[in-house]
Amino acid sequence: MPFLSAADEQAVRLEFAKLKGPVKLTVFASELGGETNQQTVALAREVAALSDQISVQVLNPLIEREQAQAYGVEATPAIAVEGAADYGIRFLGIPAGYEFANLIDSIIVASTGEPALSVATKDALDGLGEDVTIKVFTTPT
Amino acid sequence: MRLAQHMAVASSRVRAECIEATEFPEMAQRYRVMAVPKIVINDRVEFEGALPESQFLAAVLQAAGGEAAKG
Repeated sequence: MPFLSAADEQAVRLEFAKLKGPVKLTVFASELGGETNQQTVALAREVAALSDQISVQVLNPLIEREQAQAYGVEATPAIAVEGAADYGIRFLGIPAGYEFANLIDSIIVASTGEPALSVATKDALDGLGEDVTIKVFTTPT
Repeated sequence: MRLAQHMAVASSRVRAECIEATEFPEMAQRYRVMAVPKIVINDRVEFEGALPESQFLAAVLQAAGGEAAKG
């Protein structure tokens, strides 16, 4: 059963009109993981089907260990959202429910490479002297 | 997550991870997630709930500056 209704698909297609460049979704999933592993693969494929700019790569971190390490992925399911570069955007767990909108937003910003931030914020981030990892804990509802 | 992922695109130094807490209970417990969204930056600075961009940025800069964690 698909995750997205016809109305959802239509809404996402409208959003994807903003895409400017290719986006790759790398999904890390394992058959040994919980049921959300395969659900996350299915969700990513449904989303990718809505734009020819989006591709999906599925990796099993237990087998493709080097790539999992390169992406900094230790648990499944996980999705890395990449545009012209790997900007370090990761979703751990299935981005359903409320987080689905953020998945779509991340695809758009990765595609355009144009963050919707103030000039002051961008200037301040340019001056960062060390790496920063922002963890955002959420729940599906 | 929205601000975090836009900051990740803006700066190669920023990484944004959205973690579904119910799927990763051990991680949620380790980071004492009692309410969502909960944001933890460099394991140093943390807060709950959405913040305006300027305050979110201040938390990022505080974490990058290595100051002690605030509630």
